[in-house]
Amino acid sequence: MIRQLFQYKGGVKLPEHKQQSTRLPIQKAALPQRLTLPLQQHIGTPSTPIVEVGDSVLKGQMIAKAASLISAPVHAPTSGRVIEIGEYAIPHPSGLKAPCIVIETDGNDAWCDHRKPVGDCHDYSPDQIRDYIRNAGVVGLGGAGFPSFLKLTLGNDRVVETLILNGAECEPYITCDDILMRERPLEIIKGLMIMKHALVAKNCVIGIEDNKPEAAAALRGAIKELAVEVEVIEVPTRYPTGGEKQLIKILTGKEIPPKALPIEKRVVVHNVGTAAAVYRAICLGEPLISRITTVTGALKKPANYEIPFGISAAELLAQAGVEESSVERIIHGGPMMGFSLNSVEIPLIKTSNCLLVTDKKTVPLLDKQQAHACIRCGSCADVCPINLLPQQLYWHSRAKDFDKVQDYNLFDCIECGCCDYVCPSQIPLVQYFRFAKTSIWQAEQEKKQAELAKERHQFRQLRIEREKAEKKARHKAKAAKVAANNSENSDKKQAIEDAMARVKAKKQQAAEASPEKPESGGNT
Amino acid sequence: MQLNTPSSPHIHSGDQLSQLMQRVLWALLPAITLYVVFFGWGIIVNILIAVLAALTFEAIALRLRKRPLGSNLGDFSAVLTAVLLALALPPLAPWWLLVVAVFFAIVFAKHLYGGLGFNPFNPAMIGYVVVLISFPREVTTWLPPEAISGESISFVGALSATLTGTLANGINPDAISMATPLDHLKTQLTQNHVISEIIHDNTIFGQLAGSGWEWINLAFLVGGCWLIYKKVIHWHIPVAMLASLALIAGVFWLIDSERYASPLFHLLSGGAMLGAFFIATDPVTASTTNRGRILFGIGIGILVYIIRSWGGYPEGVAFAVLLMNMLAPTLDYYTQPRVFGRGRNS
Amino acid sequence: MLTAIIILTLLATVFGLILGYAAIRFKVEGDPIVDQIDNVLPQTQCGQCSYPGCRPYAEAIASGEANINQCPPGGEATMLALADLLGVDPQPLGTEHEAEPEATVAFIIEDTCIGCTLCIQACPVDAILGAAKQMHTVIESECTGCELCIPPCPVDCIVMQPVKQTAQNWKWPYPIHTLEARK
Repeated sequence: MIRQLFQYKGGVKLPEHKQQSTRLPIQKAALPQRLTLPLQQHIGTPSTPIVEVGDSVLKGQMIAKAASLISAPVHAPTSGRVIEIGEYAIPHPSGLKAPCIVIETDGNDAWCDHRKPVGDCHDYSPDQIRDYIRNAGVVGLGGAGFPSFLKLTLGNDRVVETLILNGAECEPYITCDDILMRERPLEIIKGLMIMKHALVAKNCVIGIEDNKPEAAAALRGAIKELAVEVEVIEVPTRYPTGGEKQLIKILTGKEIPPKALPIEKRVVVHNVGTAAAVYRAICLGEPLISRITTVTGALKKPANYEIPFGISAAELLAQAGVEESSVERIIHGGPMMGFSLNSVEIPLIKTSNCLLVTDKKTVPLLDKQQAHACIRCGSCADVCPINLLPQQLYWHSRAKDFDKVQDYNLFDCIECGCCDYVCPSQIPLVQYFRFAKTSIWQAEQEKKQAELAKERHQFRQLRIEREKAEKKARHKAKAAKVAANNSENSDKKQAIEDAMARVKAKKQQAAEASPEKPESGGNT
Repeated sequence: MQLNTPSSPHIHSGDQLSQLMQRVLWALLPAITLYVVFFGWGIIVNILIAVLAALTFEAIALRLRKRPLGSNLGDFSAVLTAVLLALALPPLAPWWLLVVAVFFAIVFAKHLYGGLGFNPFNPAMIGYVVVLISFPREVTTWLPPEAISGESISFVGALSATLTGTLANGINPDAISMATPLDHLKTQLTQNHVISEIIHDNTIFGQLAGSGWEWINLAFLVGGCWLIYKKVIHWHIPVAMLASLALIAGVFWLIDSERYASPLFHLLSGGAMLGAFFIATDPVTASTTNRGRILFGIGIGILVYIIRSWGGYPEGVAFAVLLMNMLAPTLDYYTQPRVFGRGRNS
Repeated sequence: MLTAIIILTLLATVFGLILGYAAIRFKVEGDPIVDQIDNVLPQTQCGQCSYPGCRPYAEAIASGEANINQCPPGGEATMLALADLLGVDPQPLGTEHEAEPEATVAFIIEDTCIGCTLCIQACPVDAILGAAKQMHTVIESECTGCELCIPPCPVDCIVMQPVKQTAQNWKWPYPIHTLEARK
C-alpha cells in the first residue's frame, strides 16, 4: 500500500553533514572517574535524591526518585561511591548550576541485583508496563526529555489509532538515531511492540527521512524477522520534519493544536531511541543509564558514542580527539536548535543527543552581531512551519510590546530556527522570540507573586483588625463586669483591688531583682 | 577554552540583504536598456545623478545618526531607491529636480523615520510626489520617443540638457517635449474627444499603448517575472494589482470604449508595470501576509484606475502606493495566516 | 426653517437612541479604577511611595493626589503600565530609582538573630516565621523584598539578597546586536 503523505507549509532544506559521523560504528565511551548526574534530566520536577554522600551504589541502582507525576528517577550509570550532592553547571543555555549527584566510579561496573527482566510483555497489563518504564527513568530521547510513561498513558477516549516512531532526525550533523536504527533495529522494533501493547495501539508506523535508506532497510529487515505489522515510511528530507507535530501532519494529515497533546487526536509519537530504551527497561531490566550521542564536527574521530550519563563533555570530546586550540563553539544538540556551551565542564544527560564542535572552517557559522535592518521581506514567514509571521513577532519583541507579540501567537513558535536560517538581514530572530517568551513568563510569575503578596497583606490587615476588635471586646466585657461587680459588692471590689495592688508590688520587686531583659527597639 | 555562546540556530543560508537589492537592480536592466533605445541617453544621466545624490545623502544621514557607513551604504537600498526615482522622473529633467526628489526620499522618507526598515512610506514615491506637487511642469515634461521627435539624444547631449537646460546642439528640450500618452489622453478626453479619434490623430500611441512605452513596460514585466522566479518578490502584489487594474479598466471599456481606454492600454502605460513589480513590492512598506498582499495589490490597482480616470493627475501609481502604504499595518494585523493546528479565527 | 428643525430633531433622536443603546450594549463592567491601579502595582507593600501600602497608593493615584512615578520596586514598567491604564503621559522616574530594579529577598543571618519578633511585626505579608526568643527565618517564596523588616532589627541581622537565578527562572537576554555590520 502506498500511503498518502501530507505536507506542512514552510520548512527549509539544509545541508546534511551526516556522513562524517556514520563512518564508524557505535563507539563505547570509556568510563570516566567521576560522573555528575543532574537531578533534572527531563521536563518536569527535579527528582529527589535517595542516597547520601558516602553511599556505595551499584550500576542501575536508583539514586534519585521521581518527585511528582511529571518527573523521572535517576539511576547510577555504573558502580561506585556518592562523593557529593551539590550544585554543578548543567547543560542549559543559561550555563547555570543545578543540584547534581556526583559519583566516583570504581571501575567494576557491577550491576545491582534487582534487575528483573519482564520477558514477554504480554504477560503484564499496560499499567504494569507503564510503572516499569516509569521506574526505569525512561524519558524521550529525541531532545525534549518528556517522561515516556506519560506518553504511554491513554487519553480520555482511550483509543490510539496510530503509534508513530520518529526516526526523521532532521537536524544536520546528528546521526544518533540513524546509527541506532542501522545497528540495533531489533531493539527498536521490540520496544515499539511493547509500546503498542501499553497503548493498545491499532497501527504502528515508523517515519524516516529519505536520506537514511540504510536505516529504513535495517528496520524493514527486523520487522520481517519478527513478523510484526509495522509500516516503515520514508518521508521527504526537510527541516523540521522531525518535529513531533510536523511528522504527525506528514504521516496522518492531522494538525495538533498548540498546547494540545497528540493523544487528543489519537496519535502518539515516540523517538526511536526511546523505543530501544523501553525494550532495555522491560526485556533486559536495565534502567535508562546510557544513550547514544553524536560527537561530530571539527574532531579527529567523529562518531556516535554510547555514553554513561554524567560523563563530562570535556571527557567525551577528549576521547573523540578534539583540538582545543581551533575550537570556536561547542553546540549541545543540533546546529538549528541546540545551544552553545560556555564551558566543557558540563555533564551529558538523557537529552544530550549531539555535541557539535565547530571551528572557523567546518561549519559556516553566523555571527549574529552583524545584523542588518529587517526589511520585512517575508522570507521568514515563507519558511515558518507554524505559519507565523516572524517579521511581525520580531518587530514587537524588539519593541518589548509583549501584548502585541502574543496577538501574533508568539507561544506557538517552536523555535526551530528556520526564520533565522533564511533571514537575509541575519537577525537573531529566535533569540528575540525566546527573550519575549521568557520575559512574559517572568512577568506572569511576578504577577502571581504580587497576587499572593496582596492576599497575604489583606489577610494580615484583617488579622490585625480582628485582634484589635477582640482586644476591644475583651476590655469592654471586663469593664462591664467590673462595673457590675462594683454596684453589687463594693467590699469585694475593695478586696480585689487590694489583692491586685499587692501582686503588682510583688511583680515590681521581682522585675528589679531579675537580670536585664533584652532591650527592644534598640536601634530606633 | 574560550567559547562563543550565541543563540541557536548556528547556521545560516548565506542569503544577504545586499544580494536581494542587487537582484532587483539586475531585473531593471532590460527596461533601462529599452529606455535608452527608445528615448536616448537621458535616463542614464538621470540614474547617475540620482545614485550619486542618494549615496551622498545616505552617507550624511548615516554620519549624523552615528551609524557605520560601510555596511549600510553597501546594502544597495539607497541605490535602488535612486534608480527607481530616476525611472519615475522624465529624462532630461533638470539635475536639481532629481536631487530634491532624492533628498526627500532618503532623508525625509527614510532616515527621519529611523532608517531602512522603519519607513512607513515608500521613499522613492515620497520623493516623486514631493517634486510632482512642487514642480508639476518639470515632472510632466516628457520627451517623445526618438523615432517621433527625430532627435537622437546622446550621452553628452543628455548631460548638457540636464545640467544647463539645453541639449548639446543648443536645442531646448522643451521645444521637442510632449505630454505622455496618459496625459495626452486625459486632456483630450476632457475636451470631449473620443478615444479612437485621439489615438488615430497622434503618433505618440503605439500598437498596444504609448509608442515606446509599451515595450518598456513589457521589459519591466519580464524583469518582474524573473524576480518572482528568484523568490525576491512574491507574486501576490503584482498579480493582484495588475489583475484588478485590468478588470476595472475592462469593465469600463466594455461599457464605453470611446470614453475609457482599453485594459491593455492601462497595463502598458505610465508606471503600471514598474509600480506593480518594483515599487508596490517594496517589502518595507507593503503588506507582509499573503492575503494582505493581495488586498494591498487590489487596492493599488483600483486607486490607480480611479486617479487616472477621474483624478487630477494623469498617472496615479505613486499616490495609490502611498495611500495603500498607510493601510499596510492594518492589513497585516487582520490578515494573519492560519496558524498550524489552529482554526481560522482562534 | 421648519424642515431644518425637523431634521435636526430627528437626527438628535436617532443619535440619542444609538448612544443610549450603546451605553447599555457596551456597558463597561469594569473594576473600579482603584482596583485596576492596585492590580498594576507590585504589591510589595513597602511604603516607599510614602503611602502605607499599595492599596492606599492606588487610592491616592485614583484621587489624583499622587503621581504615577512613586513606586521604586515597580520601576519603569509599572510607571508605563499606569500611564497606559490612566491615559496620562509617562513621568520620569526619580534619579535615585532604577528603571529595572533587581528583585531581592530578605535573608536572616541566623547566628546573629536574637528572636525579638520585631521583624515579624513589621513584615506586611507575614513572610517571616518564628516566635519570641526563637530564631526567625524568611519564607523566601513569599518575601516581596520591601525591606521594611530591616530598620526594626535591633542586631542588624537581616540582609537583602538578590533572588537566586536558576535554570527555571532564567531569562534569555535581549539580543545584543546593532543595526550595523562590519565596522
